[in-house]
Amino acid sequence: MSHETPLAPERAASSDATVDTPVDAQSENPGAQPAPVIAITGLSKRYDSGFEALKQIDLEIQRGEIFALLGPNGAGKTTLISIICGLVNASSGSVVVDGHDSVTDYRAARAKIGLVPQELTSDAFETVWNTVRFSRGLFGKAPNDAHLERVLKSLSLWDKRNNKLITLSGGMKRRVLIAKALGHEPEILFLDEPTAGVDVELRRDMWEVVRELRNSGVTIILTTHYIEEAEEMADRIGVINGGEIVLVREKAALMRQLGSKQLTLHLLTPLASVPPALAHHPLTLAEEGSVLVYTYDASEAGDSEHVSISALINEIEAAGIRFKDLHTKQSSLEDIFVNLVRERP
Amino acid sequence: MNLQAVRSIYVFEMARAGRTLLQSLISPVISTSLYFVVFGAAIGSRIQEVEGVSYGAFIVPGLIMLMLLTQSVSNASFGIFFPKFTGTIYELLSAPISYFEIVLGYVGAAASKSAILGLVILGTANFFVDLHIQHPFMMMLFLLLTALTFSLLGFIIGIWADSFEKLQLVPLLIITPLTFLGGSFYSIDMLPSFWQGVTLANPVVYLVSGFRWSFYGISDVSVVASLVMIGVFLAVSLGVISWIFRTGYRLRP
Repeated sequence: MSHETPLAPERAASSDATVDTPVDAQSENPGAQPAPVIAITGLSKRYDSGFEALKQIDLEIQRGEIFALLGPNGAGKTTLISIICGLVNASSGSVVVDGHDSVTDYRAARAKIGLVPQELTSDAFETVWNTVRFSRGLFGKAPNDAHLERVLKSLSLWDKRNNKLITLSGGMKRRVLIAKALGHEPEILFLDEPTAGVDVELRRDMWEVVRELRNSGVTIILTTHYIEEAEEMADRIGVINGGEIVLVREKAALMRQLGSKQLTLHLLTPLASVPPALAHHPLTLAEEGSVLVYTYDASEAGDSEHVSISALINEIEAAGIRFKDLHTKQSSLEDIFVNLVRERP
Repeated sequence: MNLQAVRSIYVFEMARAGRTLLQSLISPVISTSLYFVVFGAAIGSRIQEVEGVSYGAFIVPGLIMLMLLTQSVSNASFGIFFPKFTGTIYELLSAPISYFEIVLGYVGAAASKSAILGLVILGTANFFVDLHIQHPFMMMLFLLLTALTFSLLGFIIGIWADSFEKLQLVPLLIITPLTFLGGSFYSIDMLPSFWQGVTLANPVVYLVSGFRWSFYGISDVSVVASLVMIGVFLAVSLGVISWIFRTGYRLRP
């Protein structure tokens, strides 16, 4: 994809300072926190079938962040997005979008939001250009072909602008959906499983587009069950499971706090068992005694982590164990996620 | 009022008709012409004048009404059913537009299309029979009101239908029979008195009768009754649509 032109130039010029404020700084200092761009309070949804998709959701999305909503299938991700965007009526609770209630002041609220749905839907017989123009008009924006040209070019769709949607590949249709959402210059962009069924290269391209949008001041909320995607993209991560938000945390803090670490030592000579002198450490032997593994919780260790590791290494050397290599591994978001969802079925 | 959105929907829907010109314009014109050839010229030449109007001319308002009703319903129902079917309706529901604006765009386009079609058929009829319109203003009023009312009905059907079969159900099983039995091809005076009474329960009778009156000054029921009936249809359709939107029926779960 080419990225010569910004996708939201108008806003980029006028974006307020909060865009550049590191999210970490915001949450560590709640007093200085700017008003959230989306505030969800006590949101519940029970479908006519009796299925309770959302249970008392409270969630705030900060301006200019990339928020990843993680959750297994059926957790309530799409229902939550659908309520915010106006596709589904809430049973109770409220959604306020940049100060506008999503029900009583729906025009102002919805005008700020662009939605890229999970399903690859399209008006099969329309051309790319017409469908993007239609979207812009639907959102009440005056025609601006120059903007649409920029959007299509940034998504590598410009050459396909006169193609009928039915002739496009799945990946191209996904880009058209993004172009339709960006066509009306939203301040908040919802991406519901944006890279589902998309090949690796296109996925990386899309991440690039999303980053570029964030840099221009657009708030991005994406749902995914590709953990890698959240890990790669998000500033903050929310985990939803069984209709409840079970966790909202900055990605870095989340990984720092919840991740366990492993220190792996490749030994020069294999051991039959862990020497008694080291028995008080959580050490295990692997690969027929040639690898010594030390597992520790990074969140508990804190600053003392390094002290304890250097002490451990001293003890290992004192015990006469020589090693040729060592490395540490932090547990991935996937491990954290699986643990969370398993803990709270 | 998000006029830009109304305009976008309207233009989008009119463009859809443009793409399918064969289906939306030429095919109704051809089928109407066939009616004229068969009923007007072949059979009609053996039928005596009806209240001083040749049979070929007599059926013109009925035929236009027949096309107006079926095309309004099918245009409007398909217009809203298709986005539901493909899933693109998400965009409509997430856009900053009111229900009124959605209806204005879709129903406005469907009504425009069938009104244009009605006028084209009127022009076509002119080739076959000698036409004179006594009350052109009333003719246009009946044409537009009928197109609007039945486009609203079509919109309701499009929202209600969850399959292509249901989409066809109401036009085929209700609208077409009611139109054929609604005096399109005959004056209800030609029926036995019992059936005349039954026919008066058919709402289409009032539409055809009023429309025919605007052409030839002859009618089965009074013009006021016809106008009242259209008004009632319009009110009922608007009532149902406002209920649909208030409850989110089949649109917003």
